[in-house]
Amino acid sequence: MNKALERWAPLILLLITLALWQLICSAFKVSDFIFPSPWRIVEQAWEHRWTILGHAWRTYWVTMVGFAIAIAVGVLLGFLMGSSRLAYSAMYPLMTGFNALPKAAFVPILVVWFGIGAGPAVLTAFLISFFPIMVNIATGLATLEPELEDVLRVLGARRWDVLVKVGLPRSMPYFFASLKVAITLAFVGTTVSEMTAANEGIGYLLISAGSSMQMGLAFAGLVAVGAMAMGMYELFSVVERRTTGWAHRGSNAT
Amino acid sequence: MTAFVDFHGVWLAYNDELLARQQFAVEDISLQAAEGAFIAIVGPSGCGKSTFMKLTTGLKMPSRGSIRIGGAPVTGPLKISGMAFQAPSLLPWRTTVDNVLLPLEIVEPYRSQFKARRDEFRERACRLLRTVGLAGYEDQFPWQLSGGMQQRASICRALVHEPKMLLLDEPFGALDAFTREELWCTLRDLHAAQRFNVILVTHDLRESVFLADTVYVMSRSPGRIVVRREIDLPRPRDLELTYSTHFTDIVHELRGHIGAMRQPSAKPTGEAAAARVAP
Repeated sequence: MNKALERWAPLILLLITLALWQLICSAFKVSDFIFPSPWRIVEQAWEHRWTILGHAWRTYWVTMVGFAIAIAVGVLLGFLMGSSRLAYSAMYPLMTGFNALPKAAFVPILVVWFGIGAGPAVLTAFLISFFPIMVNIATGLATLEPELEDVLRVLGARRWDVLVKVGLPRSMPYFFASLKVAITLAFVGTTVSEMTAANEGIGYLLISAGSSMQMGLAFAGLVAVGAMAMGMYELFSVVERRTTGWAHRGSNAT
Repeated sequence: MTAFVDFHGVWLAYNDELLARQQFAVEDISLQAAEGAFIAIVGPSGCGKSTFMKLTTGLKMPSRGSIRIGGAPVTGPLKISGMAFQAPSLLPWRTTVDNVLLPLEIVEPYRSQFKARRDEFRERACRLLRTVGLAGYEDQFPWQLSGGMQQRASICRALVHEPKMLLLDEPFGALDAFTREELWCTLRDLHAAQRFNVILVTHDLRESVFLADTVYVMSRSPGRIVVRREIDLPRPRDLELTYSTHFTDIVHELRGHIGAMRQPSAKPTGEAAAARVAP
């Protein structure tokens, strides 16, 4: 019974929140132009469903392209940093500094380079999401037990052997954990970029709905991004449990 | 007769800076062990026992002196050795038998034959697991095993490529007393059956006396061999032996040497320690 409650808890919480929200909006007669009620958002979302779907699809594939680049670059750089002490100490401070920059600030520059459209959005999604992937891969590789390394080195293992047999499998749980964080960040990057540098996508929809005071539509757009990010997060959670169950034995022990 | 393990006046400083300041992790280590002999090195923490392991396996080169294993000077990682440590350090994503097989995927000549002879190797690993009492646990994951069972698997991993020399660095240190004694017997039987050389680093004196042919006591910083004690107890040895007077006397005697080192007034300087070294 507890298990079932735990499973449905997020949904129940969501319904309670929506009910409260609706109640407050109806009770105080809040104007739809200021703060739309959930019902109003649903109405608007249905009315503009094709528009929203079109923009959502655009945001989705742009994010996925940016995210794919982020995985490739993040894994590569993480591998480099994790396997070489020199690369680690050379790159880490620079990367941290880079990560501290607000990625929205890159959008105007990217527009100059790539023009309005998918280019800046893909790159913003990439820039914002590769960092956690890189750091997690590097950490997984760099935190090898020294004893185990000795065991293997005595046997004549090359650095490459140690990385492939031990380092990479060891860093897989870190990798999947980082994917879950990075995918949500990637959606943030795309949306932010689309708000100023695109004529399509949820970001663009938010801006245009806002400027025409269609608050219900704007909120519906937010819900769409949130739903997509949550969906991808859940997908990676499933993949993570399937592939690296050994690292999560506490929660699903047989 | 030439010794299988032969340390001749070995000194090691970990880096050039320490060498320049004449700070050595181990000093003037000389010892010989015949083929198939079981030697134990005991001493307080920080006495350079682990350094000794690194020297023996060729992971570290001595700053002075020479090391010969099996008649040849040690010039690099020594593939005829297997190692096990206090932490079992098994890979959690591999089953027990796959963990034991890991060295065969790395060390030549098994490495290049691994794909072709996989079944045969697996059978060998399973046989080894059976001899240490892990039959039926081959396909379990390490985290499904108890600490003692993990350590047994770790020792199997050290032995699967049939090394001539087994190096154990406090392998039973993290286990409870009963499990530890069980594993002493496991190790005793493996050694009796396969006659590889064993170098056991430990700070458990009973363990060293029960298992070894020769016990070396090391002093702390600098690490020097203070006492060499032949253990003349007849083999095969039974756990009952550990309660005999003769056994206790030897343990007591070794304890005396270590106690003397730990007295602040009797802290061994280089000369004093050297003077106490038995021939």
